[in-house]
Amino acid sequence: MIVNKETISELAAQGKRLDGRPLTEYRQPIHIETNISWTAEGSAKVQIGDTVVMAGVKLSLEKPYNDSPDQGGIMINAELLPLSSSEYESGPPGIKAVELARVTDRGIREAKAIDMKKLCVTPGEKAWFVIIDIVTINDAGNLFDAASLAALTALKAARFPEVDPETGAINYKKKTDKSLPLLKEPLAVTIYKINNQLFVDPTTQEENSYDARLTVASDEKGIISALQKGGDAPLTNEEISKMVDIALDKAKLLRGKLDKNLG
Amino acid sequence: MAYTERVDGRKIEELRPMEAKVRVIPNADGSAMFKIGKTTAYAAVYGPRELYPRFLQNPERGIIRCHYGMMPFSGSGERIRPGNSRRSQEISMVMNKSLEPVIDLSAFPNAVVDIYVDLPQTDAGTRCAAISAASMALADAGIPMKDMVSSIAVGQVDGTVVADLSYDEEAYDAIVSDIPVAMTHNSKEITLLQMDGEISKEDLMKSLEMAKIATEKVYETQMRALKEKFSNANNEVEK
Repeated sequence: MIVNKETISELAAQGKRLDGRPLTEYRQPIHIETNISWTAEGSAKVQIGDTVVMAGVKLSLEKPYNDSPDQGGIMINAELLPLSSSEYESGPPGIKAVELARVTDRGIREAKAIDMKKLCVTPGEKAWFVIIDIVTINDAGNLFDAASLAALTALKAARFPEVDPETGAINYKKKTDKSLPLLKEPLAVTIYKINNQLFVDPTTQEENSYDARLTVASDEKGIISALQKGGDAPLTNEEISKMVDIALDKAKLLRGKLDKNLG
Repeated sequence: MAYTERVDGRKIEELRPMEAKVRVIPNADGSAMFKIGKTTAYAAVYGPRELYPRFLQNPERGIIRCHYGMMPFSGSGERIRPGNSRRSQEISMVMNKSLEPVIDLSAFPNAVVDIYVDLPQTDAGTRCAAISAASMALADAGIPMKDMVSSIAVGQVDGTVVADLSYDEEAYDAIVSDIPVAMTHNSKEITLLQMDGEISKEDLMKSLEMAKIATEKVYETQMRALKEKFSNANNEVEK
């Protein structure tokens, strides 16, 4: 059988998918593991079906930016490793990696998930900067949701390293029990549209055959912190309303997995 | 000899605890995870596939290409900038040389087998873990191999020859030498040999003898993981 966009589209019209899942069901297992890297201040490995991503948090002390001297900062980077798919090549990040990093970044940054002022050590001189690196281990679709879940888990698991009170040098080999000042816990859910049907958690095949997608990052109260529309087809207000409803509902599912894991 | 008790309490020839698993990356043609102490390497093999640009092709046989990389959060100090460094390029090159002698790609002219190794956490011995993982991933991918390659570091810490140096031993405040070695299992030939530090010829030869025993332990771990996978595969067929 030749599987192409038409196959996926026709199946969707009947509410069906190639792997037999209902349209709004995630693959199994959804598995979260923390502290997979002792060298990171916080780390996580997230598996959704066959998709596996890792996220690691590194903390460093830097001079705050001039326009926010009393605040720390965050940066999120994504690496689509050639290890994780035959589609990826070595070299500088392509647009797919850049979009993944920026959408994940906005979900966390714009929710003001981290209390940036609490990251400040000495105003104008020294503040903590949080760098989250997301790497793909096996890309079998839906990196947006997996990356966001891994990033939040790694942030929650992170512990500050010891700082020498005399020299101000960081001792990365010793962690304190102090965690990051998290105010909110945003998670992204991406809804895909094909043939006027909406579905979640695409496989690679489905990712290559959709009309439009919308990533919705929302916190535990259902407040939306970032949106990203993708795909060639436009969306109506009605569709967006339905997509956001699904996203808020599915975020609860992912949040449940995360809370269960971190106890 | 001043160094009688190892920093982490191991015996002189004792390796750190190892874990290995194959088929950890479903997208790849072959894959493996190899963990020793707090160093973890993931390896994925893609190919044989067509090699571009064409001028790199060898019409007589396929080639292998190793790509070694530390994840940005995998260093024990500051974040590592992603992308190639001089260090990662050199390690990729010596990995290639350590695996090439056992691989027979004469049936795949003009093709390439890409081997990607990425490490989420490191604590010394990263190139050895990378080679041991890569060798397993190649076997898992069914690439024609004449022998298995197993790798470990040996060396000398303050006058004592030891196997599988930890980071604390590499950084020990005395005369230290670190010798990463890769060895073929059947022919007991050395396919990777580097060294830094200071060592006498006598201790060097003693270290290389110890490497034979140490790589054998790595080999056992590698084979156990490979056999596990193939026995599981048989069970699946029986069902």
